[in-house]
Amino acid sequence: MNRAVHAVRRHAVMAVGVLVLLYLFLPVAVVVAFSFNDAAGRFNFSWQGFTLDAWRHPCRVPGMCESVSTSLQVGAIATVAATILGTLLAFALARHQFRGRASTSLLVFLPMATPEVVMGASLLTLFVNVGVATGFATIVIAHILFTVSFVVVTVKARLAGFDSRLEEAAMDLYADEWQTFRRITLPLAAPGILSGALLAFALSFDDFIITNFNSGTTITFPMFVWGAAQRGVPPEVNVVGAAMFILALGCVGGAEVWRRVRAARR
Amino acid sequence: MTAVRTAPVTATPPADQPPVPPDRRRVPYLLLLPGLLWLAVFFVVPLFTLVSTSLQTGSLEEGYALTFSWSTYGGVWTTYGRQLLRSFCYAGSATVLALLIGYPLAYAIAFKAQRWRNVMLVLVVAPFFTSFLLRTLAWKIVLADDGWVVGTLQAVGLVSDTGRLLATPAAVVLGLTYNFLPFMVLPLYASLEKMDPLLLEAASDLHATPMTAFRTVTWPLSLPGVVAGTLLTFIPAAGDYVNVQFLGTPTSQMIGNVIESRFLTVLDYPAAAALSITVMAAVLVLVLAYVRRVGARELL
Repeated sequence: MNRAVHAVRRHAVMAVGVLVLLYLFLPVAVVVAFSFNDAAGRFNFSWQGFTLDAWRHPCRVPGMCESVSTSLQVGAIATVAATILGTLLAFALARHQFRGRASTSLLVFLPMATPEVVMGASLLTLFVNVGVATGFATIVIAHILFTVSFVVVTVKARLAGFDSRLEEAAMDLYADEWQTFRRITLPLAAPGILSGALLAFALSFDDFIITNFNSGTTITFPMFVWGAAQRGVPPEVNVVGAAMFILALGCVGGAEVWRRVRAARR
Repeated sequence: MTAVRTAPVTATPPADQPPVPPDRRRVPYLLLLPGLLWLAVFFVVPLFTLVSTSLQTGSLEEGYALTFSWSTYGGVWTTYGRQLLRSFCYAGSATVLALLIGYPLAYAIAFKAQRWRNVMLVLVVAPFFTSFLLRTLAWKIVLADDGWVVGTLQAVGLVSDTGRLLATPAAVVLGLTYNFLPFMVLPLYASLEKMDPLLLEAASDLHATPMTAFRTVTWPLSLPGVVAGTLLTFIPAAGDYVNVQFLGTPTSQMIGNVIESRFLTVLDYPAAAALSITVMAAVLVLVLAYVRRVGARELL
């Protein structure tokens, strides 16, 4: 009896943790399941039967695949730009002393502490006041803006964690500054830069609120879902959501397997 | 290799180093320039245009002109005060709930998961890989009137036979809690993970009950994570309008819905701008008061 009580106590926290994970996954399971739904009519709200139709012809819903392609383009441009800007900022903040360092950190941190509606709305007032029509370009501008801070945080964390004596050692061994940077600093910072870029892409691809303010008539995938939600979301939309999920999880799993294989070989 | 190990890498005294040449001193500024320029033009300047827009008067037909009139603010506060208050109530409830369920999860990952730790961490962020809007729409299916959740709750008697979950404040708070839970769990985990488990052993050696040990050791040490997590949950939740749109009713709108419709449907820019600034100011005041009270000012 006492042992049972002890066991319950030992595993109680884990049990609650697993329950919370299930809560996190319930909607994902629903999204994936309903991509196989044989939905009658426009509504995909109740289970009608299993079908692969939506997976076979995802692009038959007018406008959806175009919106996915727009999102991919916006995400690619914004990711490249935000990763470059953010990495430069992170290097300056993590490796250099300069006047105005504290206020620079604050300025980089502030966009993350601003509610998305406020950021989207303030950008829109800029475009309205200057007389710029909103569209693809303004979406890209907005996405670079709100992803930069996340890149800075990610890269800075990586730079803070590594031993600057490695660079000093390289210099002692007569490497010049450029060689040190290319052979030591960059390879060490690369995982941080890569995770920053992936985070930026994920945030950009999924952003709705800021995009909604600055998109004009351009339709990204989240904008398409928002529009479709008023009329009824077809299963093909769930196919895109499910495919993204499986693809991303596959990448993470693949990277982990690759890392383990490499570690085992050493 | 031995050369590296034996080289006195840290022993270079500063006096031996040549003074930093002037062109080296420019490096940080060159690194900062593009990023700061971007933030200045597209983050700082828009905050000013937002303020200037809120001080304009006029109408959509005749155009808006800057008249430095503060009257818009009084107007929107009386008209939309309830939505503002509701937003902070919903966001506050969601934050408390996320802390209550996120803490055990973060604790389990940090101390109990052992070799499953990385898997569990991936699982916490994995829901982000599906669209945020699609996941929120999925709650609409889960909480539907003829769904099994409502059915079970009716059978247990927690919800009356004609009661529903969809289109109630409970559904909105549940959606907000759900959407921002990972932002709570990750900082909590980061601060718990740094803690030395031996501290808990020491506490128990000194006859502390698990409860006392938690209260006097674990909780204070995790406080930076608690502060970061609550802020990262509260701020986006207060400005959200997707959850109300999908899971709530038009009569229980949050301030985000009002700002969105004023800006994008009614095109009443001054009112929308005044509301945005009010939200921003209110969030800043709440955050500063909270951080000061918890005593974790070094975080900002």
